[in-house]
Amino acid sequence: MKGLRFNRKHLCIPYAVFLVLFVIAPLFVIVYYAFTNGQGHFTFDNFVNFFTSTKTLGTLLYSFAVAIVTTAVCLVIAYPTAYILARSKMKKKYVLLLLFILPMWINFTLRITALKEVLSVLEGNISVYPFLNSVIGMTYDFLPFMILPLYTSLQKLDNSLLEAASDLGANKATVFLRVTLPLSVPGIISGITMVLLPSMTNYVVLDMLYNNTYIMGSLIGSYFSAYDWNNGSLISLVLLIIIFIVTLVTNRFSDKDANNKGAIL
Amino acid sequence: MKKYLRIIWLAIVLLFIYIPILVLAVYSFSEATVVGANMGGFSFENYINLFKNEELRNMILGTILLAFVCACISTVLATCGAIGTFYSKKLPKTLINTANQIPVVNADIVTGFSICILLIVMLRISKDTYIPLGIGHVVLTTPFVYLSILPKLKQMDNSLYEAALDLGATPAQALFKVVLPQLIPGILSGFMLAVTLSLDDYFVTTYTKPSTFDTISTYVVNATKGSQTEVKTALWALSTLIFLIVIVVVLLMNVMSSRKKEAKREKI
Repeated sequence: MKGLRFNRKHLCIPYAVFLVLFVIAPLFVIVYYAFTNGQGHFTFDNFVNFFTSTKTLGTLLYSFAVAIVTTAVCLVIAYPTAYILARSKMKKKYVLLLLFILPMWINFTLRITALKEVLSVLEGNISVYPFLNSVIGMTYDFLPFMILPLYTSLQKLDNSLLEAASDLGANKATVFLRVTLPLSVPGIISGITMVLLPSMTNYVVLDMLYNNTYIMGSLIGSYFSAYDWNNGSLISLVLLIIIFIVTLVTNRFSDKDANNKGAIL
Repeated sequence: MKKYLRIIWLAIVLLFIYIPILVLAVYSFSEATVVGANMGGFSFENYINLFKNEELRNMILGTILLAFVCACISTVLATCGAIGTFYSKKLPKTLINTANQIPVVNADIVTGFSICILLIVMLRISKDTYIPLGIGHVVLTTPFVYLSILPKLKQMDNSLYEAALDLGATPAQALFKVVLPQLIPGILSGFMLAVTLSLDDYFVTTYTKPSTFDTISTYVVNATKGSQTEVKTALWALSTLIFLIVIVVVLLMNVMSSRKKEAKREKI
């Protein structure tokens, strides 16, 4: 019996090795390159340059602005949509949901091409409104990724809780604010993580909309084309730190929610 | 009245999502080379070009081949990994699950760039071997396949495996004939997810691909910077084709899954 259990466990070795070689090792390599110069000597220069140059700091702030506004716009569009879909009494409402998340499966570069053509007709010269177009482009790209988690969490909502709240005298607004909204927080959080980080890094959307503004991803792209591995690694490291912080914060939210669920049960 | 408001809201969002795709679809059947211009006559020219132009054809076939090969590799890797990890002790389990989470939460651009630095810059593996590209796509897709198999393992009835052993099956036979069949739905949906992730990827591809190879994503991005009208309008045709294929596949999958559910209900 012991020999056989040993046998099954061995199956995970190839994947474990793969993860160490191609997921964990590259992260260490990024850190190493971020703190060395072209000659391979240890240096803080890349780091200091990043936080003293107005260009890179400006890019960091600008990406935050684009990402936060995009996430907010997605949330404002997606929440009512997911709410209406999830609460609807239609029999085949998942077919309707599919219509909203179908674009997920269409290559995003092709979708952005389509958007670019339409925006060009509407705006004339699309490079005149860089910020607006960044937000429109990112929203167009990521909206389905916000609708789906919101729908899932609103769909699970227990109807009897809402009825109980209104039986106990809460009006519609109170029911929404004190029951529906808090219970959909996990959906909101996972929607935010699906949109926030990609809209800081997906510079292709901007490039395709003839945008000459820079976000964090564009910096990596331009260092890549200039064969500047060290500065490129530093930007990646900064992004990794941001991702790490966001993950920590969001994990905290979902843990709290898990406890709440336990309390309700 | 309120019901109308809801329908209007949904319609507005749907219009936002579909107007660009549909406008492009309409123009793909015309002689026009700029959206918004006079459409001229009806024409299949763009669709013919899409299949006649060798560069475009190779690019499409290359993208599909890459997606399927990488999805096969990542499905095997993730299936073995998930089964092995499931029966492992707590510490290796936690470590593998955590490492598996890294590419999931990480930005694609960081995943792609870090693999490029390790394999191409540091280890000096030539891009032209397709090894960095293949590894990049497998890194991108495997964690998601792993995550779609895991719930099936948790739902599995463990006593069936024990029963197979009691009835004289070797552990390998029990694994292949009892455990694996129960994981099939998870494996299949993981495989499909891997294919779509690989097809949609831009960042890992740009940082690891050979300069002569293009996937749909990298090709489209380069084409928007160039000024070849024939290629540009052929891509409108490609976009429309992919849109139609996605609709058909999604509808078929749903019809199939709802039929299955009905069949189950009837049995009960």
